[in-house]
Amino acid sequence: MCLAIPSKITHIDESGMATIDVQGVQRQASLMLIEDPEVGDYVIVHAGFAIHKLDEAFALESLAILRESLELATLSESAS
Amino acid sequence: MGIKHLEEYRDPELAKRLIDRIGKAPHRPARLMEVCGTHTVSIFRSGIRSVLPDTISLVSGPGCPVCVTDQRDIDAFIAISRLDGVIVATFGDLIRVPGSISSLQKERADGRDIRVVYSAMDALDIARQHPDQQVVFLGVGFETTAPTIAASIQAARMQGLANYLVYSAHKTVPAALETLVNAPDVRIDGFILPGHVSVMIGVNAYAFLTERYKIPCVVAGFEPADILSAVYKLILQIDAGRPLLENAYPRAVTPEGNRRAIQIMEDVFEPVDAVWRGIGVIAGSGLKIREKFADMDAAVRLDIQVPESQPPKGCACGDILKGSKTPLECPLYQKRCTPMHPIGPCMVSSEGTCAAYYRYHQ
Ligand code: SF4
Repeated sequence: MCLAIPSKITHIDESGMATIDVQGVQRQASLMLIEDPEVGDYVIVHAGFAIHKLDEAFALESLAILRESLELATLSESAS
Repeated sequence: MGIKHLEEYRDPELAKRLIDRIGKAPHRPARLMEVCGTHTVSIFRSGIRSVLPDTISLVSGPGCPVCVTDQRDIDAFIAISRLDGVIVATFGDLIRVPGSISSLQKERADGRDIRVVYSAMDALDIARQHPDQQVVFLGVGFETTAPTIAASIQAARMQGLANYLVYSAHKTVPAALETLVNAPDVRIDGFILPGHVSVMIGVNAYAFLTERYKIPCVVAGFEPADILSAVYKLILQIDAGRPLLENAYPRAVTPEGNRRAIQIMEDVFEPVDAVWRGIGVIAGSGLKIREKFADMDAAVRLDIQVPESQPPKGCACGDILKGSKTPLECPLYQKRCTPMHPIGPCMVSSEGTCAAYYRYHQ
């Protein structure tokens, strides 16, 4: 039931419903559960509601940390 | 076109390096429970089970909302669909769950008005289009779904819709995990915590598991690399003998969670004791519609007569939901029970452990 693919907000109407783009498919999603949504935001959608706004820069940073920790683990192994 | 980070999380090279690290890390045998049904499916689909060392076993937990719904609630859904002047709105995976004597699918074939919706908002639309009928939404799900249903109740109140009702069989996850930790027949060395329940309730909601019970816990996302990095973190913790609460899905999950969603959920619902299939009553693990919204509570407004409920004979869903059995240990699995002819809910829902085994287990 959990859709893990982030969707992009392409339009917001007066009632707070958004049109979202999920890998090329257009759907409707309610924005009632998130703060300050804007067109262009990437959101996680569950059962027709946006539930989280993704911060791409932050996502890439945590990815970099993961890669780095793997790097370190490999290095310390070959050193020992 | 997705976003950049997503493609990188799907990088097979990253997954391979994680598998390599997990294989090389010294570790004792460990039973890790993936709590969430979407994780179960993702683990099977990506073949993670087969690449992990034999000493690490992944067991599925109570994270399929349809599966943990008590037989009595399923029977109540069926009873509601038989009431005059009622349109039932439900998510699709409830339709085929066998009740004691029928299923929503059978009732629909018999002419009851049962509609599958994608969102609670769709149910509101149906209510608006049919002012002379009562639209009853069957509320099943955890903290990911409950705020969406709560939002629909608030919206119905704001729009003055008098014919939108909800039957709430929602459940909350942390209380169930506590019950499992304390269950004598269940052994869990670490939890792979659900991704999107955690988006809502936040990492901190699980702090008691490490503080009080010393159980290693890691929140995970749904890509193979997300799950593998959670497994890696767990075995490092187990090996070091230092249980921690970690977040391997920080791009979606924060320490506090989605406060706005939780506020809406708490405005509409209050905790109540709830019965989980196979597990029994868990104190404070259900969500009941508050008094101030009682006019939208199907359990209050409707006269729902539920005959004595009978869980499916021979079905081991209860033990499977606790992680104490696998579907392979159920004598009905693949014989009398298949996705075409499901006997228990774990074979019906796409997130059910039996259905996942059936599709992916060789
Ligand atoms: S295989 Fe079927 S009968 Fe057996 S536990 Fe699973 S759902 Fe129940």
